Amino acid sequence: MAKGSRIPITRRFEGLPIIIVFMCILAAFMYTAPGVFTQPFIYTTFLSTLPPLVLLAMGLTFILGAGEIDLSFPAVIGFSGFVFAVLFKEYDLGWWAVLAALGAGILVGFINGALVAFVGIPAFITTLGTQFFWYGMATVLSGGKSYALRGAEESAVWQVIVGRPLRVEGDFAWVSQVPLQSLWTIIIVVFLWFVLNRHRFGEHTLFLGDSNEVSRVLGVHVEWEKIKIFTMMGLLAAIAAIMLTLENKNYFGNQGQGYLLTAIASVLIGGTSIFGGRATIVGTVFGCLIIGMIEAGLVATGLTGAWVRTIQGLVFLIAIIFYLFVDEPQKRALFLSRFRLRSRFGGRTGR
Amino acid sequence: MLSANFRLRCGGNLCYFAGEGIVLIGNMKNARSANVAAPVDAAPFENIVRLENVQKFFGAIQALRDVNLSIGRNEIVGLIGDNGAGKSTLIKVMTGVFKPTSGDVYIRDQKLDLDNFSVSMAHDLSIETVYQDKSLGEKQPLWRNFFVGRQITNRFGFIDIKREKEIANQILMDAIGFRGAGIGVDSTVSELSGGERQGIAIGRAMHFNADLIVLDEPTAALAVKEVRKVLDFVKRIKNSGRACVYIEHNLAHVHEVADRLVILERGAVVAEITPQDMTVAELTDYLISLQHEPGER
Repeated sequence: MAKGSRIPITRRFEGLPIIIVFMCILAAFMYTAPGVFTQPFIYTTFLSTLPPLVLLAMGLTFILGAGEIDLSFPAVIGFSGFVFAVLFKEYDLGWWAVLAALGAGILVGFINGALVAFVGIPAFITTLGTQFFWYGMATVLSGGKSYALRGAEESAVWQVIVGRPLRVEGDFAWVSQVPLQSLWTIIIVVFLWFVLNRHRFGEHTLFLGDSNEVSRVLGVHVEWEKIKIFTMMGLLAAIAAIMLTLENKNYFGNQGQGYLLTAIASVLIGGTSIFGGRATIVGTVFGCLIIGMIEAGLVATGLTGAWVRTIQGLVFLIAIIFYLFVDEPQKRALFLSRFRLRSRFGGRTGR
Repeated sequence: MLSANFRLRCGGNLCYFAGEGIVLIGNMKNARSANVAAPVDAAPFENIVRLENVQKFFGAIQALRDVNLSIGRNEIVGLIGDNGAGKSTLIKVMTGVFKPTSGDVYIRDQKLDLDNFSVSMAHDLSIETVYQDKSLGEKQPLWRNFFVGRQITNRFGFIDIKREKEIANQILMDAIGFRGAGIGVDSTVSELSGGERQGIAIGRAMHFNADLIVLDEPTAALAVKEVRKVLDFVKRIKNSGRACVYIEHNLAHVHEVADRLVILERGAVVAEITPQDMTVAELTDYLISLQHEPGER
């Protein structure tokens, strides 16, 4: 028997299981809420609301692929968003506000990376701390105010980043709703797919997730690569922050907080390993689509919004267990042995 | 009695055969790698590594005492000793991980400036170490494992996957002899057996022209059949004209493949033995006798 056939099907077609799940959920919603899901407008709405989630999940795909975690990106949405909003509105700096916001994201990411790589604090703790710090900074600097960017759509910044450039009348009027941020996001996603799968940096990311020690022996500069990964996360979160702030034409102090779990869930639903070493961009995109669709779909189906997190959490857990069984034979054995251990020491005799 | 102040050279029959006209083959194969240091026409050298009067202290503990040791350019040297005898310290001094407290290290007969000696410099000098369990990324495909850290890329850092896979396939088929074993360049390391993993790591070292490959207990925790494979890989190292330092617990394994056995005891080289001169049983008795009458110092 050729060993080639032992390669799990999940690896031969990137993101295959999650694409199938996506199709099933989509079909289910088309059935339960035909009025919404067979019309184009729900999809153009996705195009305007999903990009920040997708960008965050892209960065997290690299972070989790490298076996790290970042909890501070919602704070970047807050802090970078604040930097952008205040410079854009109060100082009327236009593109400079964009650059400053990107710089703020890069700074936050770089500090995270340096703390993880050189000080050696686990990423979970580091980014938990920096999350508080940067949210705090944003609140202190803004004085708790929110900024309404009224009239922003007149500016070139708005037109280029989140504009609706197409004008179509008649049956295809929905095309006029297609927002530019979806285009930028697609470009970034495609680029990052190449980076993860074809670039030295992506390869180093996956080897880091496999083992820091092996990577070091193989000549990967472990610390520097980690800093690059966290910095990229900061940059992507900053782009997401700018898109979000412009799209809402509003900055508010705790913006971004809803993204913490949804972004992490999207990545893991997509099939990126929670243990690092394996990451998939295609999977992450479909993970985001599922998470986004559940939200809209449940409400359209007639359930209350309260169900959204419940269902998302359930999908998230099912996905993790699924991947554990398909892709991680060693972990699966460990998992099963734990159960066997339990039954040996109690369960069975206890009855 | 065996003195720690040992001869610089082993029995002449072993040390000198290495210098005689054995051509290093690796260097032509892979001019692309940035780590290739020694050009084909480098001045002929006698010993790939030579240690002179090397001492190594960790605080007050002396890990190496007056070690004099040379490794010929096409010699397989087995390093034997109890736990804590200093085997690992010794190879770490050879490969730039530790700096000796005193003494000299020569590579290709050139004395090294020890202040600058490091692992990456050892790599540049074509010395590679294959550590048990620390050489391969488990979840990554073999072709990535061959090239990680020294990928074939364009100038923007994007990897030439087609070429890497071609070369990886060549290494699998020719250098390691995985022909027909059902393992391809897309297999992940986690699908391989322990012996096959050592083979991949050794094949990689050979591809990147390591002139000296250091194996740190490559057969530890392997099944008998897997040990067989590893020993075959070690023979391939020899046949390809390279040198190898082979740390091993199991006397029978080293006895089979080594040209010379170096016995370490409490940080000192206490004996050098040619395997042809002793059977495994004699060797075992000899080692036990060593333990009972420690060398006079």
